[in-house]
Amino acid sequence: MTQIAEPGERAAPGFAGTAAGRKPRTRRKFNIQSILGTTPMIATAIGVFVICIIFSIIWSFTSSKLFPNFNFVGLSQYERLWRTDRWIISVQNVFVYGVLSMIVGMVFGYLLAVFMDQRIRQEDLFRSIFLYPFAMSLVVTGLVWQWMFDPNLGIQSAVRQLGWTSFEFAPLVKQETALYGLVLGGLWNGVGVTMAIMLAGLRGVDAEIWKAAKVDGIPTWKTYLFIVLPMMKGAIATAFILSATGVVRVFDIVIAMTQGGPGVSTQMPAIYVIQHITDRANVGQGMAAATMMLVPVMVIISLQYLFQWNAKRKAART
Amino acid sequence: MKSVVSVVALVAAALLGSTAVRAADVEVIHWWTSGGEQAAVSVFAREFDALGGDKWVDTAIAGGENARSATLQRILGGDPPGAAQFNPGRQYEELIAGGMLLDLTDLANKEGWANFIRPASISEACLVDGHWWCVPVNIHSWNWAWASVPAFEKAGVELPTSFDDFLEKAPKLKEAGIIPFAIGGESWQINGAFGVIQTGLLGLDKREKIIKDKDLELAKAEMPAVFEKFRQFKQFSDEGSANRNWNDTTNLVVTDQAALQIMGDWARGEFGVAGEKAGVDYACLALPLDKPTVSTGGDIFLFPKQSDAAVEAAQLKMASMMVNPQVQALFNNAKGSMPIRDDVDMSLADDCMKRGLEIIKDPANIAVDAGRWQSNDTTGQMNDLVAQFWADDSMTAAAAAEQYVTILQNAD
Repeated sequence: MTQIAEPGERAAPGFAGTAAGRKPRTRRKFNIQSILGTTPMIATAIGVFVICIIFSIIWSFTSSKLFPNFNFVGLSQYERLWRTDRWIISVQNVFVYGVLSMIVGMVFGYLLAVFMDQRIRQEDLFRSIFLYPFAMSLVVTGLVWQWMFDPNLGIQSAVRQLGWTSFEFAPLVKQETALYGLVLGGLWNGVGVTMAIMLAGLRGVDAEIWKAAKVDGIPTWKTYLFIVLPMMKGAIATAFILSATGVVRVFDIVIAMTQGGPGVSTQMPAIYVIQHITDRANVGQGMAAATMMLVPVMVIISLQYLFQWNAKRKAART
Repeated sequence: MKSVVSVVALVAAALLGSTAVRAADVEVIHWWTSGGEQAAVSVFAREFDALGGDKWVDTAIAGGENARSATLQRILGGDPPGAAQFNPGRQYEELIAGGMLLDLTDLANKEGWANFIRPASISEACLVDGHWWCVPVNIHSWNWAWASVPAFEKAGVELPTSFDDFLEKAPKLKEAGIIPFAIGGESWQINGAFGVIQTGLLGLDKREKIIKDKDLELAKAEMPAVFEKFRQFKQFSDEGSANRNWNDTTNLVVTDQAALQIMGDWARGEFGVAGEKAGVDYACLALPLDKPTVSTGGDIFLFPKQSDAAVEAAQLKMASMMVNPQVQALFNNAKGSMPIRDDVDMSLADDCMKRGLEIIKDPANIAVDAGRWQSNDTTGQMNDLVAQFWADDSMTAAAAAEQYVTILQNAD
């Protein structure tokens, strides 16, 4: 898994690079200590990530079972992959889950941050409360939400016991709604971090801006939406990248909440990969799926480089 | 300086000396975590520790798939456990081929395993090319249904006499506020019940032709009806079934909230733990009802190769303990499974197990477990397909059967 999630994580310094890239460059000599100091990290990055990714791709073209081998079978692992309903459903799910949880997460995170920004009393306490879910393992989060959504134990039965006997709220038991139940559980876990990043972004905005907006008579909500928000690009990008990497490798919360069910309706690509390289003893198939997971990440990274290169070219022209 | 050297020498001598007589810890990975299973595995642990010296170190991992994954990863990673549970069949064929398992042949020949382990299809799971690579510890049959007698009484209907008979009575059960068909939403549970219904509809011969010989024409002709029948069962399950453990599902039958569950005989242990009595509180129906069979599932233990001679000696001791007739009796009585040998004292056995032991005497009643013929990869694909069909009402039986044939065609 690490090798799959890694390129996404590596994209983060790239985003920071857009800001750094505009500064005038000054060449300076590398000192020997810094080279020595970073060597282990460079070796790890190349050894663990780059080489592992290369092997993953190579093995995806082989008939590797439990033990990886080099018996090449062309594209047949990919043919099987895209013939498998479960994989196609997984890919659709990760898109729906990703778009929903990122959009809702960002909106809610920003709203919470704005709320915290009102100089409320006990801000520290509230911040801890909102951040607390993130400190919990997704497995614990998932189990708690699974119980709450369980028709016989959770919210549904509690409300029914109060007297509303036709009340229905058990998203995980129906395949049409199970995915949204997952989104809810994931949001509860992750929205606090988005809030913290957004809040840091809000606090980073110069107080003078606020004064100027007040003088101009702009309502507070407009200031938040049209003036402050566009000034927080860095915070937004960071929050976006963090939640995006979380989406690509979404695994544990699904295992804890639905195990991919009902049926295969909440399967995710990462579960497919893990299951095939472990219990199902089909490393070739698992690696083909892993390679497919790498593709969108690669596309995002190359798009980002394209933008950066474009921006640089424009900057050079002016 | 001199004293340092002598200390080092002393420590080294102590370490070296101790290897010869040192007792070893043997870590055992298994997935026996329910109440009945816990009672069974503690028989093994207790008996092994009682042999003196060596210690059973218990690593229970919930869920067979998770436990097997952990074992495989640890073997591949060079940190193998001392012993690990698998299901008999093809799950560990590559470990054998890769030379990663301790060869138990000498021990087996000395104790004459081949003479007392029956039926032959059980020993075949471990005896590959004349070498013993694992120890079968029990025989579990999937082909059982567990019925709550009070639930049927409450609805005013008799116990079912066939699948169709059950489907006819199910609406009455539902009216009485009982879940007619209890099932847990995990894919292996769904596919397990599917396999039993498949055996019931097709009979052993056709089943073997499809699963073992991969007769695609026969599968095309017969499977749509099987899927169709399976869907009829679905409408009598409850909405809480998604993601429910098998033992929580069995508990619905134990507490008379549900009428019937198709589940292997490991469910019997749950009734035992709850103090239920066969024939009075619950009934075990050997399936198919008109011609009962026993499938040869179960559990085996394999012993990954170790670098430490003391651990290896302890592994052999453990293997020998597991087939011991007395241990077999204690273990299988607690587990609800059948012993792998005939000469054990099963006087403690309840009616259900006695019935199973009766059926297994005739080789014609034995349904070889599908895992012997299918790799875990293929089984996994079948699990996915059947679970998808179960959950997705828009998938037609014909479409499901078509995918079934495709999986069969590409099976390795």
